Amino acid sequence: MLTGLDGKLIEDIDTDQIFHNQHLHITQSQEMGRFAFGNLAGWEDFSQKSSPGDILFAGRNFGAGSSRQQAVDCFLALEIKAILAVSFGAIYFRNAVNSGLPVLQCPASAELMARGEVKTGDEIRLDYLQGEGRIAARNVSFEFHPMSRVQHEIFISGGLFQFGKTSE
Amino acid sequence: MGLTIIEKIISNHTDGDVKPGNIVWMDLDVRSARDFGGPNVVHHYRGEYGTIPLENKGKTFFTFDLCAPACSMKYADNQQICREFSKEMGMRTFDVDRGIGSHVLMEEGLAVSGGTVVGTDSHMNILGAVGCFGQGMGDIDITFAFKTGKTWFEIPETIKVIVHGKWGWPATAKDLTLLIVKTLGTQSAALQAVEFYGEGVKDLSLAGRITLCSMVTEMAGIIGFVPEYGTDVEKEIKTFFPHQASFLQADEDAVYSAVIEIDADGLTPQVAAPFSPVNVKDIADIQGKQVDSGFIGSCTNGRLEDLLQAAKILKGKRIPEDVVLKVVPATRQVYQELLQSGVLSDLFMSGAIVSNPGCGGCAEGHIGLTGEGEVQVSTGNRNFLGKQGKGEIYLASPAVVAASCLQGCLTSPREV
Repeated sequence: MLTGLDGKLIEDIDTDQIFHNQHLHITQSQEMGRFAFGNLAGWEDFSQKSSPGDILFAGRNFGAGSSRQQAVDCFLALEIKAILAVSFGAIYFRNAVNSGLPVLQCPASAELMARGEVKTGDEIRLDYLQGEGRIAARNVSFEFHPMSRVQHEIFISGGLFQFGKTSE
Repeated sequence: MGLTIIEKIISNHTDGDVKPGNIVWMDLDVRSARDFGGPNVVHHYRGEYGTIPLENKGKTFFTFDLCAPACSMKYADNQQICREFSKEMGMRTFDVDRGIGSHVLMEEGLAVSGGTVVGTDSHMNILGAVGCFGQGMGDIDITFAFKTGKTWFEIPETIKVIVHGKWGWPATAKDLTLLIVKTLGTQSAALQAVEFYGEGVKDLSLAGRITLCSMVTEMAGIIGFVPEYGTDVEKEIKTFFPHQASFLQADEDAVYSAVIEIDADGLTPQVAAPFSPVNVKDIADIQGKQVDSGFIGSCTNGRLEDLLQAAKILKGKRIPEDVVLKVVPATRQVYQELLQSGVLSDLFMSGAIVSNPGCGGCAEGHIGLTGEGEVQVSTGNRNFLGKQGKGEIYLASPAVVAASCLQGCLTSPREV
């Protein structure tokens, strides 16, 4: 749960907070992970806290700003499973889909958190095509915008380029 | 249920279900890249696909316009990387002599009403001016488009903007555009297509439509269309763009997410002050601000009509020695029209620098940058900090730029 000091999901996290422009010279994706959220107050140590398979929850307009691909690739390097946000920046969304990172619009996420129905550390099952999330520990279900067929095809292939090769 | 213009265009290029929010695969009539983004496309293409041919070399183009001819080693190398790839693939390159890619595509009849075009230019949606789908995309998307001829796209909602009122000189299409940018801000049209209607826009010339549609980007919109047009515009299109057909129309029962009305009656010249295109003020509230330089050109205001607007004010007069005016025609075709009509001479004799065509002042192009502390009045579309060097940029019409350069301060065209 990407929350701020007020305990609410952080809104308008821009790509400079996700991956600061001083690290833009890094081109090897494995090296990008340790800089994830390196410029987001309170989350600078994200790469140490996160574990492979983690699902992130964020507020409105996640990934606002520039078109840098590193802001997507740093999460792939950390093996983040999916990002659910109230909404995404348009270019960020395109870049994430093209890289095979599941980005899922979940307008209910702020409310879910406020009601204490989703907590850090919960085990969550996501059905991408049905748009249904399930938290077994508390027997809670929630909805998100299902992955479109196109987004799912690209995701299954592992990215746009791979999709292009397999779909011929 | 009826379709809006963007829904109609995409419907003709996909077998997917076209309704707002759905993502579909769409066919691209034209896939292009510029000297910015183009070299990355070549890099990705070689890495992913090696020497496999393009999906359709006749539909794939490079357009060099950002830094033309190259004035840095980076651009010189990047353009050469694209040229070599272009020769190898048998595709066509509109080289540094041709001008702004989006405009060249319109002149060449490659971007036409009902068509679909992508490129590495955030103002590619300018093609809405001729009823064509145009979209700027990143280098991964464009590489994929070169290889497959397709892209995925989320169908946006469409808003209808109705512009009321009568307006005229000294206000121009740019002033109307700035008024609309001010009214819609960056929220009302965000991620949506826009259709402009009403007596305030239907008599806009083609150059005026280009001006308006170019700045839908600054409204954070996807693309803008101006479907209604009078016979004069039709004639103009047939003269300057003989390949262009009649504009596509939305269905009468098309569904819009919102209808916004704007009153442009008695419009006066407008200026966007630094450092945001939505920071728009009436010229009366800002006139007298001292300027060091002017720029007339860009994809927003680089057509013949724009340059004529300035030439009318400058003819027979001389810009003071401490003001620099740079004029950059959008394309070689516009340059030729300037030359043959004698207007080039009027601009030159007024003291203006008239350069070869291209993007020029925007994006650190070949016409030079502004220095720290320099105040420039420009016909461009963006005045963000650092966009055109370190100076302060005021966005205005060609007429306001010309009048302001003559006076050495922001001035309404009525005053000269």
